[in-house]
Amino acid sequence: MTARALPDAEQLLAALIAQMRPHVSVETGLIGIVTGGAWLAERLHDALKLKVPCGTLDVSFYRDDFQHKGLKREVAPSDIPFDVEGRELILVDDVLYTGRTIRAAMNELFDYGRPASIRLASLVDRGGRELPIAAQFVGATIELPARQSVELKRDAQGRLSLALGTD
Amino acid sequence: MFLNNNPQLNKNGELHHLLTIEGLPGEILRQILDTAQSFVGVTQREVKKVPLLRGKAIFNLFFEPSTRTRTTFEIAAKRLSADVINLAINVSSQSKGESVLDTVANLAAMQADMFIVRHGQSGAPHLIARHVSEDIHVINAGDGRHAHPTQGLLDMFTIRHYKRDFTQLRVAIVGDILHSRVARSQIHALTTLGVPELRVIGPKTLLPSNVDNLGVHVYHDMAKGLKDVDVVMMLRLQNERMQGSFLPSPQEFFKFYGLTAEKLALAKPDAIVLHPGPMNRGVEIDSDVADGSQSVILPQVTFGIAIRMAVMGILAGN
Repeated sequence: MTARALPDAEQLLAALIAQMRPHVSVETGLIGIVTGGAWLAERLHDALKLKVPCGTLDVSFYRDDFQHKGLKREVAPSDIPFDVEGRELILVDDVLYTGRTIRAAMNELFDYGRPASIRLASLVDRGGRELPIAAQFVGATIELPARQSVELKRDAQGRLSLALGTD
Repeated sequence: MFLNNNPQLNKNGELHHLLTIEGLPGEILRQILDTAQSFVGVTQREVKKVPLLRGKAIFNLFFEPSTRTRTTFEIAAKRLSADVINLAINVSSQSKGESVLDTVANLAAMQADMFIVRHGQSGAPHLIARHVSEDIHVINAGDGRHAHPTQGLLDMFTIRHYKRDFTQLRVAIVGDILHSRVARSQIHALTTLGVPELRVIGPKTLLPSNVDNLGVHVYHDMAKGLKDVDVVMMLRLQNERMQGSFLPSPQEFFKFYGLTAEKLALAKPDAIVLHPGPMNRGVEIDSDVADGSQSVILPQVTFGIAIRMAVMGILAGN
């Protein structure tokens, strides 16, 4: 896939907002996974006019590939500024692939408390799952060769776009 | 396997053992401080634990007594979900004549992943690091007069927490520099992180003869040395490490080099006071200062856990 063929991130975000609107309440807690998911969560939070502040998760301490990759250079502190216990949560990530990041995120979330439910919103689902994990809200489904990666970028004006890379 | 003859780094230039701050690039020091920052968040949660080192066996090898350092290493390892085994060696096999390397070889045969070593002799952790297999990591928890790198790092974390920018600071280290492994680690760390003015204050008998080579300004008069500093780092008077008479008496030391509110007033009004503990109140520091508003001595202890989690997490992943 060439860069030109990638969908427009802002349009996907609009689609995601429309999908999520009927399914959230002011008490819903949004949690973005660092870094792309955290940018998305901020935008979703504003668009959906949620009352509870956004949380961010950096799942580095919960990853299952620590033995191979070690700790990444910059780990951002996780920050959940609300009580997780009994709350309906939506995890937000930019790209859903193997599902391993989401597993790590769920494990970390349970160390903050027992949520009533966790749903998943992802801007892009590129298939290739290695775990039984599915997103309830998806901007677009795309197919990519295994060696190609796709990531979310944010420019100085806060505009989001998708870009290709190699793993 | 080691780069640049630095036995702490692997072939990719990453930290494999932590033996001393001397010779470590600033980038690695900053990586440790940044990672520790994320662990501070973990230690404030409901569940103060992450699964990073689950199933790893970490041995606390203390050939010299210590309460605080051993405990904070143990807490840090447990918060990373590792299994921790504490060994106070002076009361077990050493008294039966087993050598340090034999002890370590036996523990390695029990599938150890990491050794945390405190030893009265300088260089003991280096010796162990040279002899263990490549998949074992060694952390120096204080060796003789040589180094105490995690203490130096937690001091840097504390200073950065309160003062942000190392390149704007005037820092004074006060007391028994000669016998202090903490001071050596502090001096290397502060210099590497770009502190422009570093002072050491103490009597001639408690300053190493080559102290000028470390790039510090030497003061024997506390009033002059503390003038306008941002950070005051007190050291413990090392009674147990002193042979011969370096000092007339602890009372005499307090009179000239003990930190009192009156002397602290010479530093900047927002100066912070650090002490690595355990404190000799009324010898190197007055209780009013130790418990006062400028003291960050207890936050140092809290940050020490996050620093040790960061060092273990980074080593285990490299």
